[in-house]
Amino acid sequence: MSRGRQHDFPAAAREALADSRLRANLRGATQTIRGRRAAAVAELPGWEELREQARRVKDDALGRLDELLAQFEAAATAAGACVHHAADAAAANDIVAGIAGAHGVTELVKMKSLATDEIGLDAALAADGVEAVETDLAELIVQLAGDTASHILVPAVHYSRGQVRDLFMRTIARGVDLSDDPRELAEVSRLYLRERFLRARMGVTGANIGVAETGTVCVVENEGNGRMCTTLPPVLVTVMGIEKVVPTLEDLGLLLRLLPRSATGERMSSYASLLTGVTPGDGPQEYHIVLLDNGRRNALADPVGRQALWCIRCSACLNVCPVYARVGGHAYGSIYPGPIGAILTPQLWGMEEHARLPFASTLCGACAEVCPVGIDIPGVLLYLRARAVREQAPAPERAAFGAVAWAFGSPRRFAAAQKAGRAAELPLVRGGLVRTLPPPLAGWTEGRDLRPVASETFREWWVRERGAAAPPARGGGEPGGEERS
Amino acid sequence: MGILVRPRRLHQSSRRSATAAGATTLSGVSGTRVRQGPSGSRRRSAWCTVRVVRVALFITCVTDTLFPETGIAAVRVLERLGHEVVFPEEQTCCGQMHVNSGYRDDALRLARRFVDVMGQDDGVDAVVSPSSSCVGWVRELLPGVAHEAGADKLARDSEALGGRLFELSEFLVRRLRVEDVGASYPRRVTLHPTCHSQRVTRVGDAPQRLLSHVHGLELLELPEATECCGFGGTFSVKNAAVSVALLEDKCRAILATGAEVVTAVDPSCLLHVGGGLSRLAPPAPGGGPAVRAVHLAQILSAEEAGA
Repeated sequence: MSRGRQHDFPAAAREALADSRLRANLRGATQTIRGRRAAAVAELPGWEELREQARRVKDDALGRLDELLAQFEAAATAAGACVHHAADAAAANDIVAGIAGAHGVTELVKMKSLATDEIGLDAALAADGVEAVETDLAELIVQLAGDTASHILVPAVHYSRGQVRDLFMRTIARGVDLSDDPRELAEVSRLYLRERFLRARMGVTGANIGVAETGTVCVVENEGNGRMCTTLPPVLVTVMGIEKVVPTLEDLGLLLRLLPRSATGERMSSYASLLTGVTPGDGPQEYHIVLLDNGRRNALADPVGRQALWCIRCSACLNVCPVYARVGGHAYGSIYPGPIGAILTPQLWGMEEHARLPFASTLCGACAEVCPVGIDIPGVLLYLRARAVREQAPAPERAAFGAVAWAFGSPRRFAAAQKAGRAAELPLVRGGLVRTLPPPLAGWTEGRDLRPVASETFREWWVRERGAAAPPARGGGEPGGEERS
Repeated sequence: MGILVRPRRLHQSSRRSATAAGATTLSGVSGTRVRQGPSGSRRRSAWCTVRVVRVALFITCVTDTLFPETGIAAVRVLERLGHEVVFPEEQTCCGQMHVNSGYRDDALRLARRFVDVMGQDDGVDAVVSPSSSCVGWVRELLPGVAHEAGADKLARDSEALGGRLFELSEFLVRRLRVEDVGASYPRRVTLHPTCHSQRVTRVGDAPQRLLSHVHGLELLELPEATECCGFGGTFSVKNAAVSVALLEDKCRAILATGAEVVTAVDPSCLLHVGGGLSRLAPPAPGGGPAVRAVHLAQILSAEEAGA
């Protein structure tokens, strides 16, 4: 993530589009997950009612977040956990590093976690001499490659099997000759990870859901690596975004019905682990929960934008997004890519760097259709575009839109603008079409021709044919332009 | 013709009431004007005895400027069905382009103007447009956006206008209950169900229903039909590379159908798709692109021989 200057989504997207292997990998993967999700949702009656309930639960929880966080902290503490508060990434990393230091830990195992990716925990720990081993297969791939995740749920979506094979041969295969058979690849990683699990003295997780009434953290996964991380090491740390908390276990049940179907198209995930404090003699004997703000309260303060915090990170919106499916996650310059990233990232970390993300969408609305908690992503995109323009719009663009609005201010001015446009583009028309346009409209003719202004506009035809006060006539002439149908 | 309920909104908005305060029933408003359809028409449909509806055409800035033939076709179809069309000449733009580009203040000024112009009654029963996205903006999104901006009167007025504002195909099928408009168009046609028409304006299968009754027309299924064409207003220029990538996939899908014509209910999407086809598709004998982008209204107004 670049800091301090505007992330150039259009340029990053253009670069990603040029990578034909990336496009093929993304297309295959998103299409597959899309199909699975659609089937899993279709078989569950009352899906829309569940979505509406979830929307209400999340809206209500954010409306009284401080109350719920206090309740969560009290319950977790009573159950034997230690709750920490981190205002930003550095504070959260310091807390985790401090816990590792206190126990003399130099290697720890991690479950897949967006919150820890967000704060750059692995790098921060490495700087303190602590190696954090990613144990989710896809996260492991990304870590071994020195890469970053490109999808919320399937971080290595941009890799093909062949690429994973080559990577494992270079890193963890220990000279074993591998094919690109997924089973074989998984087995190699399993052997590598098993040793790490057994010797780890500390585990780190994120949180899918926090339950205020019991102080419980819920983590959901399919590979069993999370269960290893949360049960084997004597010390366990969870980094949880403050927006993850819901009031009751019943609410947790509701979200668990929506999440796997939306995320992987499964009825349920293989493992849903509920972590409630410490049980003497069983599992970790020390449990720390780090409640992470890191910009969330910025979003919370915005009455329209705050709904981005309802997100349960299922990534359904990524998989249906036509833009994401072409460019992948890295182009967004944030750990949260795709439609949800486009509304979350600028709110968490500021328009100064992320003002272009709300514009990284065609507003096609596919995201809103699948969001399991009913976030109006296109509505928030529009809202954030207005904020971006207020705070960031370049003067020439502002002037151009102002001039167009002025022309639209009266039919006389509009008609004059139509005539002026017709005259201005005349030298550019070739064979009835405009094939090259100057900047700032050059982007259009990059891959498209443009219909020129009609030789007679509709309003000109209407006046000629019907006149202002003339009675409706039938069978009038066509406008001077070419007949199209 | 009974009371018809407004289509449901895509974007859940807790800010808005679910009832359409301004909704009117056509029979209630125009109950006194009854007339026969034009005599000598080839097909006689149910509309012959339907009450005359007075329609104000919402042409949209794009259609007015670039696609006058689409507007003319909409006029012809409505008149052929025996209805009366008026064109409020004060209309310019509804503000959709500005709101989509982040210029919310300009957009709300234009929307205010638009709602004032089109909201004047003059005995108008319905406001109808050949552009689903412009209808979607004014009817489904504007009340919420205006409310967010504290423009409560505009929110109320646009909500009231929204009760009698329709995209052409949904107006024909859901309001007038007409599916056969007496058109003949002997061509292979595929339909691109545009994003806004499906997810914001929710015209549903109204275009398919109308097309299925066009004499001589062969409707071909478009693969991955609900995928966006990549237009997205200023997205097409600001993110030209991505926009073109989406467009190329859409055009390839259209070409794969073997259709001669691709149709839709959004002139701006047709502008985009047509512009892409003219680059990608080899020119047909005679100059034009092999596959043409033609608005649904033009197909519905056609009475071509050979069908």
